[in-house]
Amino acid sequence: MSTVVEVMEKTTGAMSSAELAGEQHSRATVGDFTVADARMACREVEVWYGPKKAINGVSLDIGKNEVLSMIGPSGCGKSTFLRCLNRMNDTIDGCRVTGSILLDGQDIYDKSLDPVPLRARVGMVFQKPNPFPKSIYENVAYGPKIHGLTNNRAELDALVESSLRKAGLWDEVKDRLDQAGTGLSGGQQQRLCIARTIAVSPEVILMDEPCSALDPIATAIVEELIDELRSQYSIAIVTHSMQQAARVSQRTAYFHLGDLIEIGETNDIFTSPKHRLTEDYITGRFG
Amino acid sequence: MTNPSTPSDSVTPRRAADIVNASLKRRYAKERRFRLIGAAAVGLGLTFVLLLFGDIISKGYTAFQQTYIQLPVTLSEDLIDPEGTRDPMTLARADYMTPIRQSLRQFFPEVKDRRTRRQLNSIISVGAPQLLGEEVVADPALVGTTHEYWILVDDDIDMLVKGYIDRNAPESDRRVNDQVIGWIDRLEQEGRVAKRFNTIFFTHGTSREPELAGIAGALMGSFYTLILALTLSFPIGVGAALYLEEFAPKNRWTDLIEVNINNLAAVPSIVFGLLGLAVFIGFFGVPRSTPLVAALVLTLMTLPIIIISSRAALKSVPPSIREAALGVGASPLQTQFHHVLPLAMPGMLTGTILGMAHALGETAPLLMIGMIAFIVDVPGGFTDPATVLPVQIFLWADSPERGFVERTSAAIMVLLAFLFLMNLAAVLLRRRFERRW
Repeated sequence: MSTVVEVMEKTTGAMSSAELAGEQHSRATVGDFTVADARMACREVEVWYGPKKAINGVSLDIGKNEVLSMIGPSGCGKSTFLRCLNRMNDTIDGCRVTGSILLDGQDIYDKSLDPVPLRARVGMVFQKPNPFPKSIYENVAYGPKIHGLTNNRAELDALVESSLRKAGLWDEVKDRLDQAGTGLSGGQQQRLCIARTIAVSPEVILMDEPCSALDPIATAIVEELIDELRSQYSIAIVTHSMQQAARVSQRTAYFHLGDLIEIGETNDIFTSPKHRLTEDYITGRFG
Repeated sequence: MTNPSTPSDSVTPRRAADIVNASLKRRYAKERRFRLIGAAAVGLGLTFVLLLFGDIISKGYTAFQQTYIQLPVTLSEDLIDPEGTRDPMTLARADYMTPIRQSLRQFFPEVKDRRTRRQLNSIISVGAPQLLGEEVVADPALVGTTHEYWILVDDDIDMLVKGYIDRNAPESDRRVNDQVIGWIDRLEQEGRVAKRFNTIFFTHGTSREPELAGIAGALMGSFYTLILALTLSFPIGVGAALYLEEFAPKNRWTDLIEVNINNLAAVPSIVFGLLGLAVFIGFFGVPRSTPLVAALVLTLMTLPIIIISSRAALKSVPPSIREAALGVGASPLQTQFHHVLPLAMPGMLTGTILGMAHALGETAPLLMIGMIAFIVDVPGGFTDPATVLPVQIFLWADSPERGFVERTSAAIMVLLAFLFLMNLAAVLLRRRFERRW
């Protein structure tokens, strides 16, 4: 349950930076948050941790075959928002989500919808590489196994190989699939986690600061990988690095204190931000 | 600061270094003192442990040997099996005391009157005929022949041979009089007295006669009790821990449950005995003095320990593993059983083994549920009357016969050996399955 504490800390931290931000600005979203063919469509999403509001009426679309990056100062709610998209917030006690989040037109918070298959459709890569303490093969094969995606061992082998290939890890690990996934380097572990996620053929991949624990070289490899994955998946990535957002994403959303302040083409956001807060953030005045 | 005219309340670097140097000696002395006290504490503890083990072993090691005298016993067919059927029942029931006594009397032809003869007979253990009978049942061809047999002696003679009886004490203060000592010395000179490995100690149940008393009954009782307690408490404990830690909502009720579990772990064990007496025996009618009721009581007693250690083991599994499993679409139950539980298992097993070791050494609650009964037969199941090792030790320690002193210590050695093995298993398990993530 340490996640609760973490998230709570993030939100309380936001309170003090609110005062730092000083003058009040309009919190209405600047820019067009819709896309032509949305994979996921979020409307007026609000998230509460107990009595505390962490996300304040955010509306945002995630298009097909695009990388959407979410940036913002610590505690702005970008991770919380990301975790709403595959209902990972369900595991946190006292967390409540209102508004609507549609995946291919279907409300994922609908009572009849089971979060378990949802998480197979909306995969997630976490901040810290978290491979299972099992073999590399088992790590990738686990998802397909529990969902029964393959009928026999040969199919499973093929799926493991293709997933590892897509994650750009196959050549490095093909001779030691039976070794522990935890024995890989940090960057390899994160790519293993990505392979594990794409092994269950998700439609959307959520990435929560996937490179924050990696060195620059490993980061470059993962960023390259994200760009390649765009051709098949919708990707939403939370990042602290504005350079990373600029490098990998097509659209960028700027969050501040639970509000979606600005959304637009990545180029526009970084070259000509329209909102004062966005400008302050990307020019490094706070954050 | 370098300007002397500037009033300064801070010390110059030079002076600070001097002050530090001056206090250095004191600080190091303090550290030395602390280390010394620590070493002394450890030393004291070790000394007492060594004293304890030294005392137990020096008192108990002789119990692993038992004195026998070698006698040529003639098993005449007329006496043992007059009808010649060699029926095991007949052979087992036959009178073996008479031939043993006859054989012994041949060595001391001078013994004539009834009183001296009775004294001579008292050298032989009352259990000797039964042991001889068992030999004959195993090999009926012995009937009608004369063989040298090792005959079990009475515990007083055993103590004499082992040197526990002071020959210089006044005769009236001794359990063995001068005449008997003389006979034993004569037998010893002929090489007919020997200390042999005490198999009786490991194969027989308890007895009023020290030379016939063994720990087999208590060991089997402990075995049945622990096996049952383990099969009851491990699944219940792990299940409860898993539910409370991973599934139960965090609210006032679960807080209350948690506080209660922690309190139960500290409840004196005799209270569990009283509970077992009132609930299991009194209300549910579980037969008393059985491994079944003992296991139920010990299960109640060890459950809090297992639940607490299992919860600690579950807490030590990083949440990232749970997120990873949930993230690929595992259900909460799959997450627990495929990932969290295997990682927590070493910790859980360690806690369980330590809990079981605790249960193995537990005496007080078992006294309340009739495990203190004098039971000679080795139990054959969960509902046979039985006693357990620590209670057996308690009973023997309470017995006046000198022969039980060494048997008490020997039984303690066996108990400690089992406790040691269990703790070793716990340590090895922890080492073996320690995983990094």
